[in-house]
Amino acid sequence: MLELQDVTKRYGERLALDHVSFTVGDGRLTGFVGGNGAGKTTTMRIVLGVLAADGGTVTLGGDTLTAADRRRFGYMPEERGLYPKMRVLEQTVYLARLHGWSAAAAHRNAVELLERLGLGERGDDTIESLSLGNQQRAQIAAALVHRPEVLVLDEPFSGLDPMAVETVQGVLADAAASGAPVLFSSHQLDIVERLCDDLVIIAGGRIAASGTADTLRSQHGSERWELLTSGDLGWLRQQPGIRVADFDGGWAVFEAESDAARQAALAEAVARGEVVNFTREHTTLAQIFKEVVL
Amino acid sequence: MSTDTRAPRATRTPGDERRTPTFVDSVTLVAGREITMRMRSKAFLVSTGILMLAVLASIVLGGIFGGQSDVPKVAVVAGATDVVAGNEALDAQPVDDLAAAEQLLRDGEVEAIVAPAASEPLGVIVYGLESTPNSVVSALSVAPTVELLDPAAVDPGIAYLVAFGFGIVFFMSAITFGSTISQSVVEEKQTRVVEILLSAVSARALLTGKVIGNSVLAFGQILAIAVLAILGLMLTDQQVLLGVLGASVIWFVVFFAIGFVMLAALFAASAALVSRAEDIGSVTTPVTMLVMIPYFLVIFFNDNPVVLAIMSYVPFSAPVGMPMRIFLGQAEWWEPIVSLVILVASTALAVVIGERIYRNSLLKTGARVPFAEALRG
Repeated sequence: MLELQDVTKRYGERLALDHVSFTVGDGRLTGFVGGNGAGKTTTMRIVLGVLAADGGTVTLGGDTLTAADRRRFGYMPEERGLYPKMRVLEQTVYLARLHGWSAAAAHRNAVELLERLGLGERGDDTIESLSLGNQQRAQIAAALVHRPEVLVLDEPFSGLDPMAVETVQGVLADAAASGAPVLFSSHQLDIVERLCDDLVIIAGGRIAASGTADTLRSQHGSERWELLTSGDLGWLRQQPGIRVADFDGGWAVFEAESDAARQAALAEAVARGEVVNFTREHTTLAQIFKEVVL
Repeated sequence: MSTDTRAPRATRTPGDERRTPTFVDSVTLVAGREITMRMRSKAFLVSTGILMLAVLASIVLGGIFGGQSDVPKVAVVAGATDVVAGNEALDAQPVDDLAAAEQLLRDGEVEAIVAPAASEPLGVIVYGLESTPNSVVSALSVAPTVELLDPAAVDPGIAYLVAFGFGIVFFMSAITFGSTISQSVVEEKQTRVVEILLSAVSARALLTGKVIGNSVLAFGQILAIAVLAILGLMLTDQQVLLGVLGASVIWFVVFFAIGFVMLAALFAASAALVSRAEDIGSVTTPVTMLVMIPYFLVIFFNDNPVVLAIMSYVPFSAPVGMPMRIFLGQAEWWEPIVSLVILVASTALAVVIGERIYRNSLLKTGARVPFAEALRG
């Protein structure tokens, strides 16, 4: 388990991170969400040791992270880039070797991974000669070639074509399934919602909310109900203990003061005509995000 | 808790395939990449070739011009033979009469004519074509013995050439590899690959690898030039110069090897302040100046012992100044050692400061990082 405890970072006068604490469980896909400048990249850089924190600790399995531990992390920075004039295979092997693999094993890993990413044929081409989509794949290879045991990916989906998005999703799921803690940030809330087991929401350098996706849903987002009937729902506004949030003919979204008030409204609807649908409204991540951040 | 869960993952791979890289491992890899990529660059190979050709050409030309200053040929008209006989400073060519001698002179076969003239105190008269043939005149003159109280060890012309040689080789190599290392630093910032690198190696290992990789290349180039120069001097029969140059060339190589590390660290640190290749020129100007000043000083002041003495102790100019003084015989035996100690200390300081600036600036992309901020961190 990767754990951040009271991590603080200042840039001059500005407090970029203010006692940031959260955990990334083993085998858990954890989404890291926040606006621009909220502190996501700074946090990830500190986890990777690329940047030094002014305070707080980052631990893996309870032990303070050392440089050696971090060699086993896989990192995809937000700002992408590889050596443009280096060949794809050569560059991938080089990165694996920097992480401590022997030349032969690094070569084997790289060939295997490039094959899997559909770059097997392009190993001898320079990075700058690749199409944008293939450059993205090479970037993924760079983050994974040393078989990392912890993944930290900053906006791994931004700028990817749909095929590459699929590949990265597969990679993240595989890594989590093998027991690695996986932390990734994204602006694409729908992807985060679909993929993540856990969520961490950061705003203005502070953790606004964190926990499993289900817990956050139950804690945030008002409890709203959706009703669809064959008749007109104009009467619902007069129903005691009910506040209508949205309304259109036979469709309405409402909040109920109590379970009894809700049941009474449903009974009334059944009495007045056919009820086509009655469900609790799904709280989207976007709603939770808005609620905790604003 | 997860010390247990981490252990099985770590043992998935055999130990000899993967280990925690040491500082030396990382530096070796980084330096190796610098060298490989450089050797693959056509621009580098071509410029090295040109530099080596220039050195070879200057030696061959030096040999040819040196060979021209041999004994002047003179036509000796019958009757004057006794005066010229046994004079090794003249290449005498006997002719029968003045008319034949004049023909030779006008054809450019000889530089002067020595003809008998009873009325002259020496018994001969010397004819030249357009100007007084000084070498012939002095060969025939009786000169008093001269004793120099403070003889110059080296011909000033040769001294100038040697000063120019040390200056240009130092200047060219430092500028070439300084700009190489600057580009290499900025390339990593500009392409953002630096962040991936920093997640695998420390900034110190990255900087050290770069400095060592480029120093090895620069040193290799200097060594190749030195070998070429020595071979050239031997093949063109200029061993005399070689004997005089020998010690100073060796000192030059030693001083250069250390001085270049200092310059490389400064170039790398300066370049780390900017994020675009276009900005390299302006940000490395101060360091470029430090390289250019010794070059001009040694060319203009190679006959000024005071300037040379100061140069030979200032770390930036010592690689040129000290070998020059050794060549001129102006340095005591202990002087290069003292200067070397100063150079090593300054290099260590430059590396420490350079690393600090480099580390603090690597992730700051966009506008140029102010120097003070880079130093503070």
